[in-house]
Amino acid sequence: MTSFSAERAAKGSAGLSVLRRRGLSLRFHRRSLLVSTGLALLTGALLVLLVGSGEYPLSPAEVVEVLAGGGHAADAFIVNEVRLPRAVTGLLVGAALGLSGAVFQALVRNPLGSPDVLGFTQGAATGALAAIVLVGGGSMALATGAALGGILTGAVIYLLAWRGGAHGQRLILVGIGVAAILTGVNGYLLTRADMADAGRAVLWLTGSLDGRGWDSALPLLAVLCALLPLVVLGCGRGLRMMELGDDAAYALGVPVERVRLALLVAAVLLAAFAAAAAGPVAFVALTAPQLARRLTRASGPHLLPSLWTGAALLLAADWLAQRAFPGHLLPVGVVTGLLGGGYLVWLLARERRAGRL
Amino acid sequence: MATSVDAARGGTAAGSARLRGEALTLSYDGRTVVDGLDVAVPDGSFTVVVGPNACGKSTLLRALSRMLPPTAGHVVLDGDDIRGQPARRVARTLGLLPQSSTAPDGITVAELVARGRHPHQGLLRQWSPEDERVVAESMAATSVAELADRFVDELSGGQRQRVWIAMALAQETPLLLLDEPTTFLDVQHQYDVLDLCAHLHEERGRTLVAVLHDLNQAARYATHLVAMRDGRIVAQGPPAEVVTAALVEEVFRLPCRVIEDPETGTPLVVPAARRRAAV
Repeated sequence: MTSFSAERAAKGSAGLSVLRRRGLSLRFHRRSLLVSTGLALLTGALLVLLVGSGEYPLSPAEVVEVLAGGGHAADAFIVNEVRLPRAVTGLLVGAALGLSGAVFQALVRNPLGSPDVLGFTQGAATGALAAIVLVGGGSMALATGAALGGILTGAVIYLLAWRGGAHGQRLILVGIGVAAILTGVNGYLLTRADMADAGRAVLWLTGSLDGRGWDSALPLLAVLCALLPLVVLGCGRGLRMMELGDDAAYALGVPVERVRLALLVAAVLLAAFAAAAAGPVAFVALTAPQLARRLTRASGPHLLPSLWTGAALLLAADWLAQRAFPGHLLPVGVVTGLLGGGYLVWLLARERRAGRL
Repeated sequence: MATSVDAARGGTAAGSARLRGEALTLSYDGRTVVDGLDVAVPDGSFTVVVGPNACGKSTLLRALSRMLPPTAGHVVLDGDDIRGQPARRVARTLGLLPQSSTAPDGITVAELVARGRHPHQGLLRQWSPEDERVVAESMAATSVAELADRFVDELSGGQRQRVWIAMALAQETPLLLLDEPTTFLDVQHQYDVLDLCAHLHEERGRTLVAVLHDLNQAARYATHLVAMRDGRIVAQGPPAEVVTAALVEEVFRLPCRVIEDPETGTPLVVPAARRRAAV
């Protein structure tokens, strides 16, 4: 009977592979690993394509040659000083938003749980607007304001939603309320700004990668490097268990409240620093985890697939933004907004047909 | 009536009751549901807690499973306050089947059952041969092995409950708490689940604690019955001693006769015929 059922179990866990050596074992979903690898390769290809395109086009081979340390001096300047920082910023922003969205959606157990809906993005915008309008600061002050605004909003929402443990549904409701209030505050701040400041503010609010240099990319890179192990290795397994409900996860030995707090802090930091680097780029955090889920066809929080989906999405959107209307450079946030908005409508229609809404 | 509590307090912690509540005061949002309650779960028993709605039985189970921190008193597991013990360590001793759980979208039966192995796994020990064996056994014991590849959301209520029980089994804890495991099931599946519990208790020597609504099911399956009303334990002990007409009237306000169950010889509560005056 045991061998019979063991055979069944092996069949039941189809799609999962196990590596074992000396009492250690790793178990992974093959398709998820393939999807992550594929998306990482796609992201790399998009990066090369993006760096090569512009008024002074470079072939992918030339770009790769420069990235490897060779190439002409002029090419190297364009790649390393002008286009690469911008493209890397885009990649990091997409990765951070994808990961942040995956964490939020898993925590609140709702596909609508993303930093755009929960108010963190609006909070980052408030911080940035305050830096522009009230302090009149430059790009450094703006980025700091955005990061601080996002983090403060995260703390406020957590405290408001916390009652013997912050529950998913309550986080969403409180977050939507806070988002509405902050949208009002942001509108008020804009009316207080003079024309030049207001123009800068509006461009920032759309989400744009224009003129981003290494000083935008590096803080985000540092945050991502610090938080990625914490989120994926430290909390990933706990988050997976929390899909079963808080009680079941706690009963199975997950310190639910501690894991949730760590993940909320990490996701808020990721969203806040992404906003600091490129402004509140719309809908990537909402869309990437849902796309990743459909690609992997597995259960679970899909942290790494979402990260790579976000990076690929953002680079693709930036490429479109530069190419869609020749002679017109669109802010990347416009493209992600159009794509993501369309996707959201499709998602809502589908959920409604499935009777889940 | 309170003999097992006294015995538990007199004996060594691990001896007769690994799981105890001492002077428990339990409240929700400042409203006290249970006040200063002592309770012990005799080792090796199938303990069933019964009582009318809002008597505090589910609250007590939540406290015993550390889901609800007591406002006063302690839950003691193996001699130590359960609140001071790491979540993982407790999860290797004490399992819980919550009243409601959500299966993630698109999860298969085998995967869900496998998640019960979490307290035995680690970052670098994600899937041992032992895990594989226990999951297969748990699915066989609950007769869900043939459903292994099916998605949990396409199963019937009875099948789904068996899958959740299989997950709790895969946790391999000597103590298992079940919060109303038969609610929302039709009558045939209620008895399936209870037979399964009795099997686990008898064949595998697990200590079970369940909250049940149906007094006759409790009397039939329990080895130790705890009857609660208004946050107090009114009586506890073997069903044959506890279930009397007087006690049922006191606990449930239900006039009745208690006869012998012709199937099992356990007490069977037959409610009194409706008196016209009462209508």
